[in-house]
Amino acid sequence: MFGYHLRLGLKSLRRNPVLTALMIGAIGLGIGVCLTTLNVYSLVSGNPLAARDDVVYAVQMDGWDPNEGWDKDRPTLAPYELTFRDAQAVFESDIPDRKVIMRKGAFVLGSADEKSEAKPYIAVARLTTPDFFSMFAVPFKYGAGWDAEGERNAEPVIVLSEEANQKIFGGGNSVGKTVKLDDKEYKVLGVLAYWNPVPKFYDLNNGSLDDPEAVFIPYSRGELLEVVSAGNTNCWKPETIDSFREFLNSECVWIQSWVELRTPAKVEAFKSFLDGYVAEQKKLGRFPRPLNNKLSKVSEWLQLNQVVEKDNSVLLGISFMFLAVCLLNTVGLLLAKFSGKVAVVSLHRALGASRKLIFRQHLVEVSLIGVAGGLLGIGLGYLLLLALRQLYNSYEAVTRLDWSVGLMALGIALIAGILAGLYPTWRICRVEPAPYLKTQ
Amino acid sequence: MLEMQHVSKVYRTELIETHALRDFSLKVDEGEFVAVTGPSGSGKTTFLNIAGLLEAFDTGTFRLDGESVNELNDDARSRIRNQKIGFIFQSFNLIPDLDLFDNVDVPLRYRGLNAAERRRRITQALELVGLASRMKHVPAQLSGGQQQRVAIARALAGEPRFLLADEPTGNLDSLMARQVLDLLEEINRGGTTVVMVTHDAELARRAHRNVHVMDGKVTDFQPYAGRPIGAGAAGRAALA
Repeated sequence: MFGYHLRLGLKSLRRNPVLTALMIGAIGLGIGVCLTTLNVYSLVSGNPLAARDDVVYAVQMDGWDPNEGWDKDRPTLAPYELTFRDAQAVFESDIPDRKVIMRKGAFVLGSADEKSEAKPYIAVARLTTPDFFSMFAVPFKYGAGWDAEGERNAEPVIVLSEEANQKIFGGGNSVGKTVKLDDKEYKVLGVLAYWNPVPKFYDLNNGSLDDPEAVFIPYSRGELLEVVSAGNTNCWKPETIDSFREFLNSECVWIQSWVELRTPAKVEAFKSFLDGYVAEQKKLGRFPRPLNNKLSKVSEWLQLNQVVEKDNSVLLGISFMFLAVCLLNTVGLLLAKFSGKVAVVSLHRALGASRKLIFRQHLVEVSLIGVAGGLLGIGLGYLLLLALRQLYNSYEAVTRLDWSVGLMALGIALIAGILAGLYPTWRICRVEPAPYLKTQ
Repeated sequence: MLEMQHVSKVYRTELIETHALRDFSLKVDEGEFVAVTGPSGSGKTTFLNIAGLLEAFDTGTFRLDGESVNELNDDARSRIRNQKIGFIFQSFNLIPDLDLFDNVDVPLRYRGLNAAERRRRITQALELVGLASRMKHVPAQLSGGQQQRVAIARALAGEPRFLLADEPTGNLDSLMARQVLDLLEEINRGGTTVVMVTHDAELARRAHRNVHVMDGKVTDFQPYAGRPIGAGAAGRAALA
C-alpha cells in the first residue's frame, strides 16, 4: 500500500505544480538557513578529540597578577597558557604518560633544492615536543615525527602538513628530503595526512577556527634559535626584558601545555605535582595568587574557552524560528491544496478507503514534500556556505558542509513536512464524503 | 438485502434543522432493481448516502446483507463499502489524472488484491463496458457516456452485491442514457441488486419497482411490474 500511496502522492504533487513548488520552496528555504547555522554550530561545538577525551588534559597554572585576575568576568579562571619556565617544569615531570609543550612560530618556508620551482612563502609553524602527534592522534601520510633524542638535541628535523608538502614537493613522499625554514635546512621526517580539527582545540587562544600549522619542528629549536612567538603573548608584571633569555624567564604566558594521564591515580598524582611545584615557586616569590591549578579534559577546555559563543546559539535559535515561520506558511499552502482535493478524497472514501488509509496516504504526500524541501534545503545550505566562504576566507574550516549535518537536515525536513502536514491531513480525513460526491 | 426501519436523518446548522428523512422504511431484496424517484430535496440522495454507508443516520435501524450497520466503526463501514457496494454517480466522479485502468483499480487497491487479480478484474470490467482498448486513456479523452461506463466498470470490478446509482444518466443525452440503463439492467440480470435514484419517470419504469419519496418519507410503492428479477448469486458469478 505504501507504494500506491507514494504513487498517488507524486501524482497529487504534479497536479498543482505551483503550489507544490511553493511548499517545497518554503521548507527548502527554512532548512537551507537552518542547515547553514547548524553546520557552523556543529563544527564549532564539536570535540575533535572526543575519543581521547578521558585521558588528555590541558594544564593551567595561575601565576597571574595578584590584583586582577586573568578574566575580570571570571575571577577563578587561570591563564590559558603557561610561562616558559612553568611549561618546562610540566615537561620535566615523569608522571604523565605523554606530555606536550608547544607554541607558534613563523618562518619563510621553501625548498632547499635551488632548482625547485616551488616559491618560498611565510608559513606558520608549531614548535612542539614530540608527543604532540601521538597524543592528538595526528595522522601521517608518510614517515613519522621526531623522538625524544631529536627533541633533546634540538635537531633540524621537520614534519610537513599535507598542504605544505603539496606546495614544496608536489605531494610526493618527501621523507628524507630537505626544506629551508628561513635560512636553516631541515630534514623532512614525516608528512601529515589531511588533518584539520575544528575547533583547533590544542591552541584555542591563537585562532580557534584557524587551520593547523603548515610545519612542525622540535620545541627546543625555538630556544636554540631564539624564535620569537607568533602567537598571543600576555604579560602582567612590569619587567625589563632586553634579551630572549630574559623573555624566557619572564612572567609572560605564551606556551600551551597538555598532558596525557591514563588513570585517575595519575591525574591525582599530577595535580599534587602541580600544587607542589607552585608551592615551591611561591617560596621564590612567584605565583602571588591563591593556588589555582587546573586540569581540563578537551571537552571542558572547549567550554572554558567559550568556543561556542552565545551569538552562535542565538543565531541557531533564530534560524529554527525562521524554519517555524516557513512551516506555518507550508501549513497554509497545504490547507489550500488539500481543500482542492476534497472531491477526490471523498471518492476514495466512497470506494473503500478508511480515514486511517486517507491519513496515511496524505502523510506520505507531505513526507514527499518534506524530503524534496530537505534536498532543496541542502542545496541552498551548500550555496550559502559557499557564499560565506567567499566572504570570510578565515572561516573556511567551518563553512565546509558536514554531511552528517546534511543528513540531519534531511531528517529535520522530513519531520518538518510531517508536522506541517498533520493538521491539514487530519482535516481532510474528517471530511464527510457525501456532499462532495454529488458534483465533481 | 437492504432493510431500513424508521430511519430519520436531520441536518442541523446554527439556524435551522432540515429533516431529510423521517421515519423512512424500505426493504430491498437480493437481485432487485429498484428505482427511487421524487422531487429535488425529497431525501432521495440522503437515502442513497445512508444506504451506501457514506452518512450516518440519527434514529432507526439499518441492516445490510443481514448485518446491522448502526454501530460499525469507520474501518468496518469502509470495508463494507469496498467489498459489497458499488457506486455510480451522476457526475461520473473519475479521477482526472489517472488513466482508465488506474481509475478502475482504486477500489481493488483498497481490497488488497494482488496485481494479477486486479489486472484480470479491471480488464474484464472494461471489456464489459466496451472500453478495454482505451484503458490507458485519461477521462478527459472520453465522452460523457464513456466516462459513465468507466464509472460502472469501476463499480463492477469489485464484484459488489449491491449497486447504488445516483442519477446515473443525469448528465447524458438520451441515447447514451439508454445505453447506460441497458448496462445496468444487464448487471442486474447478472444478480447484482441495483438501487437507482432518478428524476426520469421513463427510466424508472424499467426497474422492477419504483419507490417514490416525498419530504423524507416513502409515499408510494409500485410493486414488480413484469420484468423478472435477476438470476441472483449464480448470475453474478457468471459476470465475474
